[in-house]
Amino acid sequence: MNPIKSKKVNDFYEALLRDLIRPDEAAFRQDRIRIQVGSATCELAAGAGEVLDELKKHIAASERDDIVVREVGCTGRCSREPLLGVVIPGRMPVTYEKADRELVHRVFIEHVQGGRPLYENMLDGPGRQISRREVLFCRSRRCLRPDGAGWERDFRDMLDRSGISREEIDILSASCFGACRGEAATDASTILVRPDKVLYRIRNRSDLEEIIESHLRRGEVVERLRWKLPPLNRSFFDLYGDVAFFNRQSRVSLRNSGVLDPESLAEYVNFRGFRALAVALGGGDPLWVIDQVSRARLRGRGGAGYPTGQKWIDTREPAAENRYIVCNADEGDPGAFMNRSMLESDPFNIVEGMIIGGFAIGAKKGFFYIRAEYPLAIARIQKAIDICREKRLLGKNIMDSGFDFEIEIRLGAGAFVCGEETALIHSIEGERGQPRIRPPYPSERGLWGEPTAINNVETLAGVTGIINYGCDWFRSLGTDKSGGTKVFALAGTIRHTGLVEVPLGTTLKEIVFEIGGGMPEGSEFKAVQTGGPAGGCLPLELIDLPVDYDSLNRAGTIMGSGGMIVLGQNDCMVDIAKYYLSFSQDESCGKCSPCREGTTRMLEILEKISAGRGTRREIENLERLAKLVKKSSLCGLGRAAPNPVLSTLTHFRDEYLAHVDDKRCPAGRCTGLLRYSVDPESCVGCGLCARDCPAACISGEKRRPHEIDQERCIKCGRCLEVCRFQAVKVS
Amino acid sequence: MNRSSTDNWPAVREASRKALPPAVLDFIEECREREHPKSALIAVLHRVQDECGHLGRDQLNAVAQLLQVPTARVYGAATFYHFFRLRPRGRFLISVCLGTACYVKGADQVNRRLMEELGVGLGETTADGLFSLETTRCLGTCGLAPVIMINDNVHGPLKPDDIPGLLERYIQRARKEEAGGKT
Repeated sequence: MNPIKSKKVNDFYEALLRDLIRPDEAAFRQDRIRIQVGSATCELAAGAGEVLDELKKHIAASERDDIVVREVGCTGRCSREPLLGVVIPGRMPVTYEKADRELVHRVFIEHVQGGRPLYENMLDGPGRQISRREVLFCRSRRCLRPDGAGWERDFRDMLDRSGISREEIDILSASCFGACRGEAATDASTILVRPDKVLYRIRNRSDLEEIIESHLRRGEVVERLRWKLPPLNRSFFDLYGDVAFFNRQSRVSLRNSGVLDPESLAEYVNFRGFRALAVALGGGDPLWVIDQVSRARLRGRGGAGYPTGQKWIDTREPAAENRYIVCNADEGDPGAFMNRSMLESDPFNIVEGMIIGGFAIGAKKGFFYIRAEYPLAIARIQKAIDICREKRLLGKNIMDSGFDFEIEIRLGAGAFVCGEETALIHSIEGERGQPRIRPPYPSERGLWGEPTAINNVETLAGVTGIINYGCDWFRSLGTDKSGGTKVFALAGTIRHTGLVEVPLGTTLKEIVFEIGGGMPEGSEFKAVQTGGPAGGCLPLELIDLPVDYDSLNRAGTIMGSGGMIVLGQNDCMVDIAKYYLSFSQDESCGKCSPCREGTTRMLEILEKISAGRGTRREIENLERLAKLVKKSSLCGLGRAAPNPVLSTLTHFRDEYLAHVDDKRCPAGRCTGLLRYSVDPESCVGCGLCARDCPAACISGEKRRPHEIDQERCIKCGRCLEVCRFQAVKVS
Repeated sequence: MNRSSTDNWPAVREASRKALPPAVLDFIEECREREHPKSALIAVLHRVQDECGHLGRDQLNAVAQLLQVPTARVYGAATFYHFFRLRPRGRFLISVCLGTACYVKGADQVNRRLMEELGVGLGETTADGLFSLETTRCLGTCGLAPVIMINDNVHGPLKPDDIPGLLERYIQRARKEEAGGKT
């Protein structure tokens, strides 16, 4: 880990540790049973409040004082929430899914008091029998031996020969624990032994032998091989290492999400919080900070992928009286929620990242620009700012280093275009959020005409890791051109929805099929939509594509903020294009005509096609118009709005043609192309449908089969809903 | 305030102060002390909407006067952002999420059912003043899709048939609160 160079700053940091971390306080005592409940927006919506309530009642009733309830952030395991974690000292931690009052009751009686975990309710369960210990092998490419293989197979063989029952030891593989830090790339591999929280660095078979004999057989930790420095995301694996959805991820930005209480500075500091700030301020050299970030190859996580170090240099260089740093938390992409999760689950990390950024560019003031739609995120960030101010981590003479910095929150008000940096600046200034022509870029002339660096939430979340653990480690996680990890919000037609953090360069297949668990029963993979309304669709042929900024651009889509919507055979690509375009059209700010008029006309054409009134000529017009809008719009919104149309036209042209030539929607999604008819065999002539039809296009005599006038039918489907004899057919 | 932008400034100021709740007035005063006071316009509008439920004509004019921003600019901002409401809303604001995940999982059916049950269209309020129906951009709770938000509570995943029961719960709550003498 990088050292804290200044004695004054180091003293401040040490005092902070002593002040906040009291080993005898409940939250830090390892001899207590800890029960964890999620407390982010999605968890609360799923019922975490009731779970917490019930839990507290049970603990009070049991009169036990060795149980601690903790509210933690969100792990990003959305579809299984609320999650309930039970950590009993010396035993394997267990996470339950979809907790409710009844489950809390059973968990409390049987697991907490009786010591028998409920296998059928475990996350991604029904879980297998829990063994006494688990050994996790790092499977990142840096931890493999020079011959490219892992140690896992050797270990299995050796364990079998050792005579230790396999029921006692479980073997799993996981992603990078963050221990190697990039140095000495393949010289040693990392393994984690749960629940003992021991991390080993192994180099050969005799190391493995010693661990088996000493630790696994006799329970004595092999100090010689133990990795002493606590690595970045081990705490996350301590808790969730047994869950396949999690242990195939590399949690860097999300390392604390679901691990610590987002409103507790003490817990954050306990996980090396504000150490990175002490390193940066203690070094006293902003250029060193920028150099670290540049060498880590950190690129903007908001979507465009501009090198963050370069952006900070650009902002630092112009002569100016004031400089600003802005955190863009206007997460507007439909289907993306990683920023909300980070702000709610690990707010101090983002605040610390911003202070470091402010120090690097020479700013005295930073702004959080957060969507008003995220009330909990706003509250948590505000609370984090207040606590930091109180502890002199914000304000004058931060950490006794002489550096002054203040942070203020500004709220968005529901305008997607404000994610564009010049529009965002106008919005902070209190104006309508309309973009302007660049250059000058905000790094030269931004807020109130002063140089301004605008960084995405996730970009700032990466900074603390880089400063603490070094740029080499971070860089080695990603690809040649982009270092580190990226968080994706996986949703749509997929088994496991939620947040997935993986090294840049991970293939689409790994994300969708390994981590996401593939398609639900009965669905067939059709495409992945990335990048939201500014992105495009990737078909099955591109499933082996390594996901990074450049490869996605080449495939006709963008990284965007990391939304990833999986589409199945029941999703119509014309409909999806129409959905995104109607979003962009509605959110167009109206300043430039290519975007304002172009998106409107494109949407009209798409509506015609999905209603079965389109022609081949119109598909050509659509394509021409899309290219024109892309070329001539003022800002990113207009320039990217045609992407969903262009990419579906490239990869799924046959679906467009089916709508136009055969007047048929292959996915059965475009209601305008449905045909409702009455089956004369089943119709009893009750007249219910005719009475309910809003278009009054159903006719027939009483007790005689009725008929639908296809010309006048508006395809609302009302007749299908009301018919009690299943006589209305749809095709 | 020592600046008099018009001859009748004291009268205008007094009238403007009457149009806004005290909490908003305090906030405006606070903003005027800071650097770049005019940049607080959007924050002020948020406060007004929090306190009053919507942005009325009188309130917008008052904000313009007290913050010394042209009325046209205030209206410009208030009408540009989706979040601001120029008409009163019902007691419970129902926002139907229009995010991608919700769309793919059938948000339009939920929306249609809501309109049927409430008998109002989007952007409208029921005659009893209980419910307003709006759409919103992605709420970021995609794992629960499709979702709707009623005031600050997110509900999901929903099927159209869940709607009547859900609305009933809110109607009961309103009745209980009224019976309890709360407003």
